[in-house]
Amino acid sequence: MFYREAGQFKTSYEADQALFPIRQDKIGLGIILLVAFVVIPLTANDFFLASVMIPFLVFSLAAIGLNVLTGFCGQLSLGTGAFMGVGAYAAYKLTTIFPDVNVIFLVLVSGFFSAAIGAIFGLPSLRIKGLYLAVTTLAAQFFLEWCFIRIGWLYNYNASGAIEIPTREMFGVIISGAEATPLARYFVVLTITVLIAFLIANVLRGRIGRSWMMIRDMDIAAELMGIRPLQTKLMAFAVSSYVCGVAGAMMVFFWLNAAEPSSYSITLSFQILFMVILGGLGSVGGAFMGAAFIWILPIVLRAIPNMLDVDIGAETVEHLAFMVVGALIIFFLIVEPHGFARLWQIAKQKLRVWPFPY
Amino acid sequence: MLYDIFVDPFVQMYQMPDFFLQVLWEGFVAGILYALIALGFVLIFKASGVFNFAQGIMVVFAGLTLVGLHENGVPAYLALILTIGVMAVLAYGIERIVMRPLVNQPDIILLMATIGLTYFLIGFGELIFGGEPKRMITEELGLPTGSTAFEFGERGLVILQHIDIAAAVIAILMVGALAVFFNKTRIGRALRAVADDHQAALSVGISLNQIWAIVWFAAGLVALATGIMWGARSDVSFALEIIAFKALPVLILGGFTSIPGAIIGGLIIGFGEKIAELYWGGLVGGGIESWFAYIIALIFLLFRPQGLFGEKIIERV
Repeated sequence: MFYREAGQFKTSYEADQALFPIRQDKIGLGIILLVAFVVIPLTANDFFLASVMIPFLVFSLAAIGLNVLTGFCGQLSLGTGAFMGVGAYAAYKLTTIFPDVNVIFLVLVSGFFSAAIGAIFGLPSLRIKGLYLAVTTLAAQFFLEWCFIRIGWLYNYNASGAIEIPTREMFGVIISGAEATPLARYFVVLTITVLIAFLIANVLRGRIGRSWMMIRDMDIAAELMGIRPLQTKLMAFAVSSYVCGVAGAMMVFFWLNAAEPSSYSITLSFQILFMVILGGLGSVGGAFMGAAFIWILPIVLRAIPNMLDVDIGAETVEHLAFMVVGALIIFFLIVEPHGFARLWQIAKQKLRVWPFPY
Repeated sequence: MLYDIFVDPFVQMYQMPDFFLQVLWEGFVAGILYALIALGFVLIFKASGVFNFAQGIMVVFAGLTLVGLHENGVPAYLALILTIGVMAVLAYGIERIVMRPLVNQPDIILLMATIGLTYFLIGFGELIFGGEPKRMITEELGLPTGSTAFEFGERGLVILQHIDIAAAVIAILMVGALAVFFNKTRIGRALRAVADDHQAALSVGISLNQIWAIVWFAAGLVALATGIMWGARSDVSFALEIIAFKALPVLILGGFTSIPGAIIGGLIIGFGEKIAELYWGGLVGGGIESWFAYIIALIFLLFRPQGLFGEKIIERV
């Protein structure tokens, strides 16, 4: 009834191929952005911003990055955590080398280092496919993690072995370091995430994105149709690593304030992969839904015993949360292997024909 | 610098052959244990095409169940039998609840499901047994402890832990038993048929569900043996799960579907890793064990994308 495209005529090919061809989608997105930029900052408290929204946005961006590679180009990667780490360490080194340059600019530049490393580790993808490739990306994960520990230059040889983020400001507002308010960080993270998400969404519907999808669906056929596998796959690795690198840099600059090599471990890679799969392979919107589910669910689960006044130990809660998350992941994979993005599409279809069943 | 890389390690090997032999032995034992974990992966991959990420946690889970039962006053051998029972129930549960609804899904979904299973088992295991490391009941199970030192040459001696020898023997027996099981028994033939083609196997009257439950149970048994052996070398704890990652390069080196491949891959990785760590690791600051295996596997794969013994990948448009 409300979600119906009847009467919206497209008179040009361009209009038909637009990012949001249906008017209701544009309005819906406008509302979401309005909530994100205005309502949440006005109403949310610091805890909600700092430990729910900021990580959620950072993970969403990382999930978008991995989605480019796994969802759109079909190359399974388990090295996301390490690529995020490359971004973080690159941004950290850049801030120490160029202390006067705007930190947001440096965060965005750090992604290029990650992209270069990603392209190098993407080279085997030309010969190795599927699960074999997934294991070789583990080489990237463990090798880079080792580099973060052993190469002292990366963390300026400080005793703790961790990187600590200096205080930096923009327009007179502190945006990074321990003194920055959650609100300022939130705005920075939100802006970067939204911008990159739009950029990627546009790349994906263009020539480059379509050639990725051709490689994903059948690489030999794509090759026969004139897609160069070398350039296309490496481009996917580079773009994906760029986005992951920026996400990794944001993770330490605007959320954690300090990071150890273990922050970018294999666990993080799996977490991001879960977000991508549960959200829906090959869907930018799905990455947000997946990130929300994987990040927010454990927080909610941990809060439940408090709300119900059940007296069980914190450890038990932690273990139970682990179990429930694992069980829910399996449950959702069984119910809808195409992820939340597919559920969302089904819901839209139902809405379109409502109140009739079909 | 070049001297350090190309000459010095070999000079050391020549000058201290006893140390070199010790390193080789360590590599051999590590390789055997990696191979045992890889074996669990291969079993399940062969029969169902599922890349079972949960094998690592199954190892920990089996070890913890055994130790936990014994701590609560169950005699060691009875605990062993009960643990086998638990693994059977687990195998049946996994087949019924996780695998059956996911038949015919793409690889990546099945992989994710096993990672979900890993999370579940970690939470479940910690809930029941607690997170702290436990000592494996080596003596109670009648496994040898202690060590033998062999004199070698005039100068040195090589020390062999009895438990390592036992591990090697058990691994070899297990591989032999599995080879016989796969090639000579009715169920083994059915397993191979399923591995070859699910639909064709169904059409000649093989029950997929039954086969999968059996295969998960077999993988559970392998996990139990691995858990006991690893547990005897270090304590049983969730840290063991990390070792499962080491089985992955072993696996791709040997090829996903080959049992001998798992063994030989394990040995290559075990030897390569120990030798590289002890002779070359110092040059780059040590700790290269964490990634060296992957680099070996990566280089091998560049030349043989299907692994050493994997079935040749044939692609059709």
